[in-house]
Amino acid sequence: MAEKLMKYADAVKQFDPVIGLETHVELSTNTKLFCPAHVEFGGEPNSQLTPVSLGLPGSLPVINEAAVDYAIKLGLALHCEIAEWSQFSRKNYFYPDMPRNYQISQYDKPTNGNGYLDVELEDGTIFRVPIERAHIEDDAGKNTHVGGADGRIEGADHSLVDYNRAGVPLIEIVTKPIEGVGDRGPEIAGAYMRTLRDIVRALNISHARMEQGNMRADVNVSLRRNPTDPFGTRSETKNVNSFRGIEKTIQYEIRRQAAILNDGGEILQETRHWDEASQTTAGGRVKSDADDYRYFPDPDLVMLHITKEHIERLAAQMPEMPRERRNRLQGEWGFSDLEMRDVVNADALDLIEATVAAGATAAGAKKWWLGELSREANAKGVSLEELPVTPADVAEVEKLIADGKLNDKLAKQTVSGVLAGEGTPAEVVAKHGYQVVSDDGALVAAVEDAMAANPDVVEKLKAGNMKPMGAIIGAVMRATKGQADAKAVNKIVMEKLHA
Amino acid sequence: MTEELVKLSAAEMAAKIKSGEVSSRELVEAHLKVIEAAEPSIKAFLQVSADEALAQADAFDEKTAKGQTEGLPELAGVPIAIKDMIVTKGIVTTAASKILEGWVPPYDATVIEKLKAAGMPLLGKTNLDEFAQGSSTEHSAYGPTRNPWDTDRVPGGSGGGSASAVAAFEAPLALGTDTGGSIRQPGALTGTVGVKPTYGGVSRFGAIAMASSLDQIGPVSRTVLDSALLQEVIGGHDRRDSTSIPAPVRPMAAAAREGMKRDLKGMRIGLVKELSGEGFQPGVQARFEESVKKLEQMGAEVVEVSCPHFPYSLGAYYIIMPSEVSSNLARYDGMRYGLRVMPPADVPQTAANMMAYTREAGFGDEVKRRIILGTYALSAGYYDAWYGSAQKVRTLIIQDFNKAFEQADVLVSPTSPSTAFKFGEKMDDPLAMYMNDIATIPANLAGTPAMSIPSGLSDDGLPAGIQFIAPQQRDEVMYKPAAALEAALNEEWGGPIWQSLKTPWLEGLGE
Amino acid sequence: MHLGDLARIALTDEEITRLQGELNVIADAINKVQEVAGDDVPPTANPVPLETYMRPDVAETPLTQAEAISGAPVSESGMFVAPRILGEE
Repeated sequence: MAEKLMKYADAVKQFDPVIGLETHVELSTNTKLFCPAHVEFGGEPNSQLTPVSLGLPGSLPVINEAAVDYAIKLGLALHCEIAEWSQFSRKNYFYPDMPRNYQISQYDKPTNGNGYLDVELEDGTIFRVPIERAHIEDDAGKNTHVGGADGRIEGADHSLVDYNRAGVPLIEIVTKPIEGVGDRGPEIAGAYMRTLRDIVRALNISHARMEQGNMRADVNVSLRRNPTDPFGTRSETKNVNSFRGIEKTIQYEIRRQAAILNDGGEILQETRHWDEASQTTAGGRVKSDADDYRYFPDPDLVMLHITKEHIERLAAQMPEMPRERRNRLQGEWGFSDLEMRDVVNADALDLIEATVAAGATAAGAKKWWLGELSREANAKGVSLEELPVTPADVAEVEKLIADGKLNDKLAKQTVSGVLAGEGTPAEVVAKHGYQVVSDDGALVAAVEDAMAANPDVVEKLKAGNMKPMGAIIGAVMRATKGQADAKAVNKIVMEKLHA
Repeated sequence: MTEELVKLSAAEMAAKIKSGEVSSRELVEAHLKVIEAAEPSIKAFLQVSADEALAQADAFDEKTAKGQTEGLPELAGVPIAIKDMIVTKGIVTTAASKILEGWVPPYDATVIEKLKAAGMPLLGKTNLDEFAQGSSTEHSAYGPTRNPWDTDRVPGGSGGGSASAVAAFEAPLALGTDTGGSIRQPGALTGTVGVKPTYGGVSRFGAIAMASSLDQIGPVSRTVLDSALLQEVIGGHDRRDSTSIPAPVRPMAAAAREGMKRDLKGMRIGLVKELSGEGFQPGVQARFEESVKKLEQMGAEVVEVSCPHFPYSLGAYYIIMPSEVSSNLARYDGMRYGLRVMPPADVPQTAANMMAYTREAGFGDEVKRRIILGTYALSAGYYDAWYGSAQKVRTLIIQDFNKAFEQADVLVSPTSPSTAFKFGEKMDDPLAMYMNDIATIPANLAGTPAMSIPSGLSDDGLPAGIQFIAPQQRDEVMYKPAAALEAALNEEWGGPIWQSLKTPWLEGLGE
Repeated sequence: MHLGDLARIALTDEEITRLQGELNVIADAINKVQEVAGDDVPPTANPVPLETYMRPDVAETPLTQAEAISGAPVSESGMFVAPRILGEE
């Protein structure tokens, strides 16, 4: 039952999309938000619990200072106002993965409010995304559905609940309605999410791995005919956990809603779900009275007081933000704006920085990550980071080239070997016996053979016409199965000519 | 021997332990004997933890033999009963609810850790209104507790089990929890002493939550000094409770001992105009007035104070309390612990329905009534009018107290409007039942410490109580006049109030 | 009754009728609070004014898996068992 869709180009011509993003970032604190249970990905089910995170009768929450500090740092990075007094409230609803059947969150008094994030689009323009709030809350456990097809909730017979994740601190960053996106909604949302991810990583407050669920977003989309109209009814697509998924969700929702509105229909205020397999969003639950969360201040927690001194202490610890860092690196590396944008768009900034740190030149590092390795990643459909090659490997190959031990062709073969799991560059080189022939005996003999076989070329060279040098080098290369160092060949020929 | 021993105060028992006249084991054994004899008629206990108590007593006696009891509190070695609203590792804890039947907690409440560290054996878990919701202990899922003064009558509630156990000499001491009067009102109805400390003075970690911003653990005893000594054991800052006050315990035992000298010169006692007279049983009112006269005779200056917003406290309480109850009790859903009831066959066998049928079967009427009322009060459209207004009334009541404490050092009122009533008398009328807490609720809303001690026997021969209220975080202030009044009344009566209590269960316990 | 759904209690018809009557009586009694709750009165959430104590981010020994699931009405492979879950939230 495919839904009717309008062409994207037509949809954004006829309607003005408004986007909202609610992003959950799981903090990488050592312990949970309200109890001293250690947090670790993986691990035996229900082994990372105290009476508090299991919601046992009589247990009480006590807030983790690190989680508060992380939230303030993020607030500072997002130019938020940090509230001197903030408060935790209970959001009441029943669900089997909720140990207390209420979530402890912040409602009318969040720690961070009213900020913004500037994001750079592919063409270099800066778009300012307004931030409504960035509040602290705790996560729920995890349900595994049993008895149905491939672990899906539909048709499952029962569910197994692991509460290890329950109580892990989250920050929810809520944008204000993002207006004026025109046809660039998906791009803006993608750039916002990547920038947010980079900031969170720079602050070292989350592992920020989308695929592990450390970062996930609820995507709100609504359409209106004119930018001056009131906001239209929005759909909320829950828990989208990839950048591509977020971009495609927005595109899909714009097309779907445009088709409905164009036919004179009405948009339901509902929660939807992004289905990666079909690349569509599916309708979920229509908003109803069941969404009456009965928020009230959590009487087990008192007001959170954040002093000016506390904020100043954290402000002094703020690391370089991604944009400043990019500008600095661009200067250090001597890249043009265009080159730098390519690096950023390829998600290769960290990798190139690490490769340079391991001893490679910036140009050398960029050549590999944006060239050979990007092609490989694209072909495999993975990110550069996920390739089985490290910045140290790349730097090592670059060093072998610089030392004249590999030429370009051998270097590529060496990297292929690393990607194929044959070991480090040194191990691949040793295994295949890759070696630039530069020892004089063998090379001189090969050059002499080549010169003897091409007397006409030698004549031209002697006469000062250097163009046909390639013929000699080519012959030497063939003779040495590509292992000759072209520079060395050149040098020997010159010596012979002037002997 | 048994009867003599169990009729001592906890402080006297402690003195006998110190002098070597009696061991902790002997005290535990004596009380276990009384429990066995009294329980068929009193039903104060849900669980008797005889083995644990004896093991704890032996461990303490061994320490004593080795001279390792240095630095332990004065009450070390004296046994105690625990309201079943407080979690005890390895001992079934139910909050008197079907929904927690058979639950064995894997951890101890902070107060239990403190009692264990003090070498005080735990005799068992006492009965209460389910989840401490009620004023008569009739709402226990395991049957009511009876008042030792008249077993046809209620012991008050919710802590009727702790109060009756102490009144019937089944335990020298007990812990209670007080949200709207659940320690003090049963104290008044059973002729015992009950104290609600300053909110945050005793850690709530491990106290099963009823209404978190009102709940407080406190002592139950037969003398004022015993409560003071016990509050010093269980009080103090606890980092596991965010609402715990970061300050040392107050010098309460010293204040009680000072009071026993019966000199109250320089102390101003405030009579709260709104908390006496109309609605209070004549005998209760008379004993109260006589008590005030006694305080005056000991040198106290008596002034009348007005707390004009107190008439709104019952309304505020019946918004805030059920709101917090509705959220605190959401965790009982058949998933992690306690009862699970699957829906009938014609209803879809889903998680949501399992929770709904578990809660329907596991909670009693009063608990359901409060959950529904609280759900209503917090729901969209009502929050500001109810919860928001109630929080404002709370501010007004605190302001009333602040003004009153400018005129008086300590405030007094009758604890409960009536003496013990008969079973069933108020079960069908929630509002009449709620009126029992009219005088005790303001202290919970304002977080001030308050205690009830016996003021005498009313015209019906049943005990009545007088309440003392002190300013926040100054609990010692109420202990002095309370101990003075207790000493003065005991002198007048020629002994403690329980001299008039008939204790057939103690007869024939012999040696 | 909608409140029964929100509170997740499968109330019987008889209970619903009785509760409605009782709630009306109680509601009348508590409506009184609005008389004095003026705009100028600040709300009190916690009777003793404290600011939050913040706990250092240091781990303590957790419950063992066996302790954690010891009270479970139904468990399987160290996990709590929920009957069929409908919907996503």
